[in-house]
Amino acid sequence: MSRLAFPMRNHLVLLTIVSYAGSLGGYVAFLATARRLFGRLGTLLLISGLACHYLALLERSRSAHTVPYDDLNGSLSLFAWLLAATYLGLELFHRDRSVGAFVLPFVIAVFSLAQSTQAAVPAPSPAQGPLLALHITLNVLGYAAFALSFVLSAIYLVQNGLLRSRRLGSIVWRFPALESLERMSRSSVIVGLASLLVGITFGLLWVNRIWGRYWNGDPKEIITVVILAVYAGYLWLGRTRSWRGARASALCVFNFVLVLFSYCVVNLYLSNFHRFF
Amino acid sequence: MEIVLIGLNHRTAPVELRERVSFTQEAAKLASEQLRSQGVLSETLVLSTCNRSELYGVPPESAASAKESAGAMELFLATFHQIEPAVLNDSLYRHYDREAVRHLFRVAAGLDSMMLGEAEILGQIREAYRIAVDHGGTGPVLNRMFQSALEVGKRVRAETQISTRPMSVAFAGVKLAERIFGSLRSHSALILGAGSTGEQVVAHLRDRGISRLGVANRSRQRAVELAERFGADVVDWEALDSALIWPDTVVCSVASSEPVVSRAAVRRAMAARSNRSLLFVDLGVPRNVSPGVADLYNVYLYGVDDLKEIVEQNKRAREAEIPKVEVLVEEHVTKFESWQAGVEAGAVLRELRSRLGAEREAFLRERLSDMPHLSPDDKRRIAALMDELLERVLLEPAAQLKTVPDLRRKVQNLEALRDLFRLDQGKP
Repeated sequence: MSRLAFPMRNHLVLLTIVSYAGSLGGYVAFLATARRLFGRLGTLLLISGLACHYLALLERSRSAHTVPYDDLNGSLSLFAWLLAATYLGLELFHRDRSVGAFVLPFVIAVFSLAQSTQAAVPAPSPAQGPLLALHITLNVLGYAAFALSFVLSAIYLVQNGLLRSRRLGSIVWRFPALESLERMSRSSVIVGLASLLVGITFGLLWVNRIWGRYWNGDPKEIITVVILAVYAGYLWLGRTRSWRGARASALCVFNFVLVLFSYCVVNLYLSNFHRFF
Repeated sequence: MEIVLIGLNHRTAPVELRERVSFTQEAAKLASEQLRSQGVLSETLVLSTCNRSELYGVPPESAASAKESAGAMELFLATFHQIEPAVLNDSLYRHYDREAVRHLFRVAAGLDSMMLGEAEILGQIREAYRIAVDHGGTGPVLNRMFQSALEVGKRVRAETQISTRPMSVAFAGVKLAERIFGSLRSHSALILGAGSTGEQVVAHLRDRGISRLGVANRSRQRAVELAERFGADVVDWEALDSALIWPDTVVCSVASSEPVVSRAAVRRAMAARSNRSLLFVDLGVPRNVSPGVADLYNVYLYGVDDLKEIVEQNKRAREAEIPKVEVLVEEHVTKFESWQAGVEAGAVLRELRSRLGAEREAFLRERLSDMPHLSPDDKRRIAALMDELLERVLLEPAAQLKTVPDLRRKVQNLEALRDLFRLDQGKP
């Protein structure tokens, strides 16, 4: 089964990359020319990329009998998929395609990074049950949504800087409005926070079932609580307008630095049992 | 099948003259009917906007030459508007065939407009064409030409950036508001003073469905007048500081030597409005808004010089698009010419066939009358043989000329056929 699945997966990986690259091309052309046709093309190719990517993940999941999280290849690929999916949801919800050109490079970079790492030979992992799979998937979705809010906030800061300094190049006329960027960023944080909360709940239930206690004092647990707090703070501060605008966007960028710290430093060097997420 | 265009525009005629030669819808219809009933043209279309008046026409088959048709059109235009022909002639331009088609396509593309790339002209061409079609002024040539022009206009605006980006100070101000707030439907604006640019801003804001509009003026009476005109609320000038709390955009054009909006007032207002973003479009000279306002959090301040600079940048960006637009225009001119040549080739061949048929008929009648020994059967056979010969040596090769892919050669071939066989004699 796995021998058959691998060549198939390679084709799917190639198709995914081609679709994502095409989608990026469509979004960039849309930004440069403002022709709707290019924007639609970007969306359609993104959907096809997501479908191929999903099938590639499915192949891998089937051979591992769970969500692919037990190696860098699988977990990064899952992250890229959820990032693209969250962006698509946001694009459809807010009916705005102008940030696609900035999100797709991240999707492509993460997906390519995943492919460049050696995939572990998929072996059925010890029966961990659906709780752990849900815990990981929802947490990765949370981080993907935070990554998206980071991109949106960064664009906000750049555009706000240009508008305030009255140095308008050609690109300002193509970006979404500041208020739209902020709305999109907030929705993204709400999605991230909700999925992270539910994901953590599943994780706590799972760890309690295995070890009989909820809290283990793992550095990953501590940094995750901090991340939850700073994003909740972002939403809470955003309720009062005095924190809206550039300050909120700067906070969102800072919060994501914490996420990256949790992702890169805590997982790899400090945590005892969180390997990739 | 020739096309003649005479007209004047903002480049060739002063506004006084343009006003005198402009056409209302009714006048356009009347002029068009008269031009056809007097036999000057067989197809007509009048395009009249505030910047141009143009007569497009196809002269009838009987017309001596395109130049004479143009002369007759000029005379008609002068008589119709009761202007001395000499006064008119200096301002008129005349274009024929390819040049006339190119001119119309460039107009549709916005290249000939006072404001490069403006979009209104396309709507005006569509309307002029609709009116001409309604009263039967157009025929196959002008139909094709104007439909192509509309296509050029649409493509140019979709495929190039000649029409994007604001080109007036007022529009730039409104576009800036959209860069900050997005749709203006759920937003509000306050207008201070009443300059003409300020009024243009109000018109654009209204077009974009701004939800609330307030007007403040030193003279209360003037404020009431303006509010009535704009459909806005009157805001008390004395309570200006507190009025800064609700609007998202403030447009100022007050004649005042001192700023009317101080940094302190805006800082208080920003605190009261919880730092909700506020855009100042300051059209006043000297400035109405204290420059220090720009440092406050979530405040955006654009003065008239900033807006002029934006317009200048956008103008340059639009000008940079001209070569792309010219290429598109040329592509469609060639396409039109190719269609025209195809139609003409058909007409030339039909004419050639009928001409040769008539020649053969006369030739046989003359020669066979001297040969009484031939039976009617023999005469029919000789006629059939002559038909076959003509078909083989002349008509078939002539039909081949139609299929030459190179447009220039095709047109030359058609001209050669005309000259050789003296088709449409009397034409230049």
